[in-house]
Amino acid sequence: MQVGVLAVQGAFAEMEAYWREEGADVFEIRQLADLGRPMDLLALPGGESTVQGKLLNDLGLFDPIKKLILGGLPVFATCAGLILLAEKIDDPGRRDATRPEKWFGVLPVAVKRNAYGRQLGSFTTRGDFDGKHDFPMTFIRAPAITDVLSDEVKVLSTFGGKPTSVRWRNITAFTWHPELNATA
Amino acid sequence: MSDRQELNRNLAQMLKGGVIMDVGGVSRMSDPAMIKGIQNAVSIPVMAKCRIGHIAEARILEAIEIDYIDESEVLSPADDVRHIDKTKFNVPFVCGARDLGEALRRIGEGATMIRTKGEPGTGDVVQAVRHMRKMQSEIRKIVSLREDELYEAAKELAAPLDLVKYVHENGKLPVVNFAAGGVATPADAALMMELGAEGVFVGSGIFKSGDPAKRAAAIVQAVTNWQDSKLLAKLSENLGPAMVGINADEIETIMEERGK
Repeated sequence: MQVGVLAVQGAFAEMEAYWREEGADVFEIRQLADLGRPMDLLALPGGESTVQGKLLNDLGLFDPIKKLILGGLPVFATCAGLILLAEKIDDPGRRDATRPEKWFGVLPVAVKRNAYGRQLGSFTTRGDFDGKHDFPMTFIRAPAITDVLSDEVKVLSTFGGKPTSVRWRNITAFTWHPELNATA
Repeated sequence: MSDRQELNRNLAQMLKGGVIMDVGGVSRMSDPAMIKGIQNAVSIPVMAKCRIGHIAEARILEAIEIDYIDESEVLSPADDVRHIDKTKFNVPFVCGARDLGEALRRIGEGATMIRTKGEPGTGDVVQAVRHMRKMQSEIRKIVSLREDELYEAAKELAAPLDLVKYVHENGKLPVVNFAAGGVATPADAALMMELGAEGVFVGSGIFKSGDPAKRAAAIVQAVTNWQDSKLLAKLSENLGPAMVGINADEIETIMEERGK
């Protein structure tokens, strides 16, 4: 399997290690030419969603990647990746929250950035994930899914009664970081 | 290692491949009111500097929930011998280092991110290059040693043995390693990435230039695509006047000497 990892900013090295561990061939997406390669799955890593969104636009990657996602390419997204995919940013008062050109806006959920507070609010926990028990979950300045906007969205894990990972059509997305615990 | 240390190392991982922009002043910690203003204005992590060894400044920054503290030689040191015991804090710390021993001593004290010390405010990248090269070459040397030679190596580096063993086994620091000091152009940023930095700090190199916004955006892109020379050429065009550089050997206070 060929996995393309968005590598404009953030924990892309950890995401690459995660997919190599899963037996995939991994390549980095840093510019338009990288999208010419055959790809079975697109992985959107953690990092800073504001920075990644801006770089996607500046590097001309935004529209082509959005087209691939809408075309049904499987997507695996964590943290900042989830924020880039979310249909709605539930973050009133932030000046970049309502600028649709910065977000793919394809996944029918609403997310709130830094929902657990600043870095002092980062935490780990264990819980059920997609039928597996006692699964380690690391939340780093994590967003929360505040609303699910379609019946088609399947919730894979929850924390405090709110979804923390979801599957919808070709997209699997997490507010936490499965890639950080894979190598730990 | 504590859960909190692990989480703080994780946050540094999220910052990789990025540019940390330094808007702080010199000599002492910034006014908490100004820091809070920045925290309320942006969704990205906010870092603030405290003086080397200044436990109280660090506690104040922790109290206002800063995302990262830079225990920085750029400010006048509060303690000319000791650094803060950073393991006693929940908030993460980044510290400067000129070589592997210094980096591992800071990590031993609880730093969860390392940067080169460079010589800030000069626009002269030579120190950052020197520190990054030295650190990488010392890492390669530790990797090449026999296991029974690590004890002597730890003694020579004046670094904790367990961290020297980690470097021997993994060929890298146990935390994220950035470049700082004197980065003023997209080419400087690309150079530091080439030499093994995982991201860069910029300060006066941007803010004392002709068009800070354009230069900042160009440096951010240069960090992502440091291997693409054609793009770097384009990014380097028409950035306006760069900051006026000062040769690092012409200045009187050598900040990198602060805190070893």
